[in-house]
Amino acid sequence: MSGPFRTPSGGRIDRAAPLSFTFDGARYVGVAGDTLASALLANGVHLVGRSIKYHRPRGILSAGAEEPNALVTVIRDGGRVTPNLRATQIELYDGLVTVSQNRWPSLHHDVGAIAGCFSPLFPAGFYYKTFMGPRWLGSNWAWTRVYEPLIRRAAGLGRAPTSPDPDHYASRYAHCDVLVVGSGPAGLCAALAAAQAGGRVILCDEQSEMGGSLLSETTAIVDGKSALDWIADKIDLLSSQDRVTLLPRTQAFGYFHDNFIALAERVTDHLANPDPASPRERLWQVFAKQVVLATGAIERPLMFPDNDRPGIMLAGAAHTYLERYGAKPGHRAALVGSHDTIYRAALALARQDVVIAGIFDNRSHPDSDLIPLAREAGITVTTGATIIGTSGRLRLSKVRLGVLSDDGSARDAGDLACDHLLMSGGWTPSVHLFSQSRGKLAWHPDKQAFLPARSHARVWSAGTCAGDNELSEVIENGFAAGENAARAAGLMARPRVAVAVENAQTLNGGSLGELPHPNRHSRKMAFVDFQNDVTSEDLKLAVREGFQSIEHVKRYTTTGMATDQGKTSNMNALGIMSSQLNIPLPDVGLTTFRAPYTPVTFGTLAAHSRGDLFDPIRRTPIDSWAQDNGAVFEDAGPWKRARYFPKAGEDMHAAVRRECRIVRSAVGVLDASTFGKIEVVGPDASEFLKRLYVNDFRNLEIGQCRYGVLLNEAGFVIDDGVIGRLAESTFHVTTTTGGAARVLHLMEDYLQTEFPDLACWLTSTTEHWAVIAVQGPKSRDALAPLVEGIDLGKASFPHMSLAEGKVAGVPARVFRVSFTGELGFEVNVPADYGRSVWELIWQEVCLYDGCAYGTEAMHVLRAEKGFVIVGQETDGTVTVGDLGFGWAVGKQKQDFVGKRSLSRSDMIKADRHQLVGLQTVDPKIVLEEGAQITIESSSTAGAAALGHVTSSYWSDALGRSIALALVSGGRKRRGERLHVPMPGGAIEVVVTAPVFYDPKGERLGG
Amino acid sequence: MRDAGPAVRLAFRGSLTAAAALGMAFGVALPTTPCRAVSSGERHALWLGPDEWLLVGPNGDSAALAATLAGAVGTLPHSLVDVSHRSATLRLGGSGVMDILNAGCALDLDPAAFPVGMCARTLLGKAEIVLWRLAPLSFHLEASRSYVPYVIAFLRTAEVAYDRA
Repeated sequence: MSGPFRTPSGGRIDRAAPLSFTFDGARYVGVAGDTLASALLANGVHLVGRSIKYHRPRGILSAGAEEPNALVTVIRDGGRVTPNLRATQIELYDGLVTVSQNRWPSLHHDVGAIAGCFSPLFPAGFYYKTFMGPRWLGSNWAWTRVYEPLIRRAAGLGRAPTSPDPDHYASRYAHCDVLVVGSGPAGLCAALAAAQAGGRVILCDEQSEMGGSLLSETTAIVDGKSALDWIADKIDLLSSQDRVTLLPRTQAFGYFHDNFIALAERVTDHLANPDPASPRERLWQVFAKQVVLATGAIERPLMFPDNDRPGIMLAGAAHTYLERYGAKPGHRAALVGSHDTIYRAALALARQDVVIAGIFDNRSHPDSDLIPLAREAGITVTTGATIIGTSGRLRLSKVRLGVLSDDGSARDAGDLACDHLLMSGGWTPSVHLFSQSRGKLAWHPDKQAFLPARSHARVWSAGTCAGDNELSEVIENGFAAGENAARAAGLMARPRVAVAVENAQTLNGGSLGELPHPNRHSRKMAFVDFQNDVTSEDLKLAVREGFQSIEHVKRYTTTGMATDQGKTSNMNALGIMSSQLNIPLPDVGLTTFRAPYTPVTFGTLAAHSRGDLFDPIRRTPIDSWAQDNGAVFEDAGPWKRARYFPKAGEDMHAAVRRECRIVRSAVGVLDASTFGKIEVVGPDASEFLKRLYVNDFRNLEIGQCRYGVLLNEAGFVIDDGVIGRLAESTFHVTTTTGGAARVLHLMEDYLQTEFPDLACWLTSTTEHWAVIAVQGPKSRDALAPLVEGIDLGKASFPHMSLAEGKVAGVPARVFRVSFTGELGFEVNVPADYGRSVWELIWQEVCLYDGCAYGTEAMHVLRAEKGFVIVGQETDGTVTVGDLGFGWAVGKQKQDFVGKRSLSRSDMIKADRHQLVGLQTVDPKIVLEEGAQITIESSSTAGAAALGHVTSSYWSDALGRSIALALVSGGRKRRGERLHVPMPGGAIEVVVTAPVFYDPKGERLGG
Repeated sequence: MRDAGPAVRLAFRGSLTAAAALGMAFGVALPTTPCRAVSSGERHALWLGPDEWLLVGPNGDSAALAATLAGAVGTLPHSLVDVSHRSATLRLGGSGVMDILNAGCALDLDPAAFPVGMCARTLLGKAEIVLWRLAPLSFHLEASRSYVPYVIAFLRTAEVAYDRA
């Protein structure tokens, strides 16, 4: 027997399949089909958690996703610890290990419960009021030293896992004609209608089994069958169609623009021994032509003093536990409410021999067919009655009854012993997803509910979420929604056969807000929001303190702000606000429904994008050689670039010093493949480049290159590179490594939107070419033996030349360019040949005692020459003038991108930050990049910095440190002494020209 | 999944007139219907944009082919760029191919929405790809060469997760 409170038969569980599990170390037995909540109830366990603020003992309130109390931690193994799961959604498996949360040392004896004694200290907005002083300790002292650490320790539910998540998660994009959310009677019928119309249909439901409310329906006869048989038939029919995808255990958690809906599928959490290859969860991103929402309704608790004791449960939930899970909530029930759900629950419990101590209907004249049935069953029904208090420390033991008067007050009517109390304040339609789809809600006074009114998205609502009540109505409207959706998706709906529903119970009623009770000023708490411990008094206090907007009250009191997002509490909060402000409920307004509907794991959102798949790692065609030769790599955006090639015993500085020395004295090779390359082709190519870059390109001769600078429209430098003319109408444009994609898109954007008159086209060739930079005084000697068809001679191939020919027998484009200040070449060969050509060049380079150098040496060499790196010397606020590149701007040009901005008053101010060189007075000190620059050695607090260091290196060629910096009015400060304040004291520097090595550029001409 | 090996790839951009002239010389009429690929033997032309096609041919002398084609287009404004080494081609096939691609590709791969002969430049995870349906369960996938390891790893990961319960 799986628990003393298990019914002998009935429900969707398999009594022949016992499953062992533990809760807080105690071992229990449940059965297949149980949730943790139903298995605990079957074992008579109601106390499952402590509340967040007052540490009050809490039980299981609901039977679904809305559960605010029964949050537990599931422990599978070391790395697989998941906190804050709703016990009502955890499917039982053999060996399931669960623990309660927010208690110490144990659930039964929780020291934190003392917080309840100090509840007057924690009124609404207590965190704005309580922790403010004392002021004589200094501003904020008490907050940062005492209150905040204490609150941080007390705050939060559950513990985050401490080790990396060992599970993996999958993702799937899907398209369909109709997505149906919810597989209750409305959703099932909508899916059937859409499927019969031939549509591609996805039907998802957050529960383990499809059927929704029908899974606990025991009286209704649908099409001559029991509800369970009818569901089974329909599910069979749907699963036999290959254009229908059924997704149980799948929560639709977000409804985004253009009918894009996110679903989280729980794939393995319900399995005792999941296949390690299986993803734990799968993110579905669905593009649905039409959506049918059949999301049902959520039952509201009642607000009376001490309405949160373990044993107090929603009446509909108790009905579900009994009929679907075969779990009785106790031996002796009291029921209270304003909705007929209490009669259905009482009748079902009575059939299972639970003693019904009494039904207390808040309504004075309820009118339900079930009342005579209840009385026939010997149940006492009292109308105009309520509950005004409860007792029982860790479990409900008795309730105090009240008699409601016509004037709205309540009179004490004595105690009633019971071990559970079932309540129903009516049902709130689940309009979360509809609201997320930007649909408009309308208040229906007759149903006391907000219901979908005007759709913004292509969405239909059916069933209880749309205000339908009777089962026949739900089924009818479900079919209609499915047909409407199918038609709207362009399908032909088939004529449907009417579904006959007999013997379905009709349930009516409901109330909002707090129930009257006589002890108005007692310290007993009537909870509105169970998860965040917000009471009706908190809301009233907020109103008394002047809050009127529900959005403000929500944030002040935190009602509706827990992870359940107020599923059970928001409408009651509105009810209290409405009566306190004395305005109609719809005028109070409604807070925004936001995704996710229930919490979603980060793993699901990341899906495959973790580890090496988090971001693509890009490697060049020569990368394997660098790896073989011991390179240390660095990230350059998504690229891996060889940073330096250490020899045995060398650290980075030694390696970089050696590489720099060899490039300056002999020859070095660098893998420059990552630079962006764009082929700009067409009769208007030169005109296009003229309009885009600050430089003029119309007068660039074929076979020549020019350094180009690109601005944005605000006039700031955003990219640079060498541009070579291959033919009258063909240019080879290079960009920075990081700017490649951005510049291509920017160019295409200009061509399509600003210059559609130009006959010119762009093609990315970044990855077609492997680029080998050969730099140094011996570079020509090293390269020449491999080159065919190009005369590399000093006169025939001067600096900034370009030619096509062959290198190592492979078609190549050879540029004579230099980013080092030395004689240099860049060899472009088709990428497949990259490594083999590199190796042949390497052999030649070795003949001259050359080396391979990495990006670090490249940076030092270019800084010695004052060559800037866009993104290092520039930060999006730097102009060509600031860099001292005025010479590059084509003086004859009428216009280019950014030109107009260059004459704005701010762009020509004398105190703009300009590029300068810095030399430390002590040549051994290498400045820190990013360090600030000041006039004084010890600036007064608040004084503005003059600028900052952009690049800083040890220069082997100069035997001292060098730095580039942006300094206010820097060019006029040459020779001035400035300071770089550092934690160990200011460092004195002298402002110089930004070129340190070979200022006349004589080495370039070699 | 297999690597389709080296091929000649040319990026052609120009007017429809230029495209018609080039198609005559290439032996494949360049498709003017968006997102369609047309083949003749081992030569293929993929529509990638209103003025953009990817021409694919068997591995060989790309420069010679480009010269021939450029000659055929003559003075009509156009751009013809050899990008043979820019990307690599994977051939994907099998009953789960659509679902595995849909792990990272947001396109609707239902045969009604993405029929045989359709091609599109799209994303797989964070990599740009060109996807072309060769047969109901067979795709040609082009990715820039530095993204190929990512694409392969992504597809292998998705394959492991495919349809496991």
